[in-house]
Amino acid sequence: MKRTNVATGILAMAIIALMATSCKDKNKEQENQEGHNTEQMDDSGHMDGTMEDHSQMEQDNMNQGGMAMMSSEVVADYLTLKNALVSDDKDGAATAGEKLESSLKDFDTSKFSDEQQAELTDIIEDATEHAEHIAKSDIGHQREHFDILSKDVIDLLAIAGSERTLYQAYCPMYNDNKGAQWLSATEEIKNPYYGSKMMTCGSVQKQIN
Amino acid sequence: MKAVKVTGWILLVALVGIQFMPTERNQSDLIPKTDFMVVNEVPKNIESVIKTSCYDCHSNNTDYPWYNKVQPVAWYLEDHVEHGKEELNFNEWDSYSSRRKNSKLKSIISQIEDDEMPLTSYTLIHRDARLSDTEKKIVLDWVSKLKDSL
Repeated sequence: MKRTNVATGILAMAIIALMATSCKDKNKEQENQEGHNTEQMDDSGHMDGTMEDHSQMEQDNMNQGGMAMMSSEVVADYLTLKNALVSDDKDGAATAGEKLESSLKDFDTSKFSDEQQAELTDIIEDATEHAEHIAKSDIGHQREHFDILSKDVIDLLAIAGSERTLYQAYCPMYNDNKGAQWLSATEEIKNPYYGSKMMTCGSVQKQIN
Repeated sequence: MKAVKVTGWILLVALVGIQFMPTERNQSDLIPKTDFMVVNEVPKNIESVIKTSCYDCHSNNTDYPWYNKVQPVAWYLEDHVEHGKEELNFNEWDSYSSRRKNSKLKSIISQIEDDEMPLTSYTLIHRDARLSDTEKKIVLDWVSKLKDSL
């Protein structure tokens, strides 16, 4: 009896270990894809990378220079999150929120002026909190937090700039008709606040380069 | 049968044992300059609602119930208060940037609207912390006004 238990235990551990490694490989693959990001959302929603991956990417970014490079990871994670909300994918949004949390943490403000640094620190602090909540909320709350988070990211990009072209879109209905903004990599409207309920509600306000 | 008895004894000893473990009490007489009530002009009725229903977990001063002396209840509360203060501490209100104040007010509104705050586990015992519909409305109206004025 005892021997069977031990055997089952070992077998279980082996399976878990195997799954963990294959999962990690899959993540890496996705990370790579994200480098030359297509706006496509991955159905699996598995997007979390490890810390090493992040700092590695950050370093690559630095080597290529330019302030706008620094925001690229934040932008990539934000877009993943946005796409998850567009497809009403709560779990995907949660994972992306977690990832965004760490890319915000890795955002290096030291190259900016003192004044900009203070502003960026405020923005990052606020945005991190929203990302944290998105990682552990239901989709309704995720969208509420995404609303303020979007403002934060827009303000962050106003200072840091964006490497890739983004479109700032606006949905006038969300939030009891107070309206809400979001950023997208394409001009086509896909509403993250309503998802499939009202996919095309909204319009592009401006282009951010 | 013997196993049950032994487990019982172990549990009992553990339960008595943990009563001697110290807990950090969240108590302070000091009202800091950054307190929500100090920096905002809060009408008396709103102040009283917020203090009764929110301050136990969202400030540096908890009005502890008697059962907080008993473990593991004390731990459970300690954890709650710690987490609550991390999310929002009314005593430190003015130390938040205006961006964060705005975020916090928005969350306060949505949490109260959705009846997520105050927590049911809290109002179950603190009956006076429950918000009536009228209280909810006056607090929400006032907080929305404050948010718009920021």
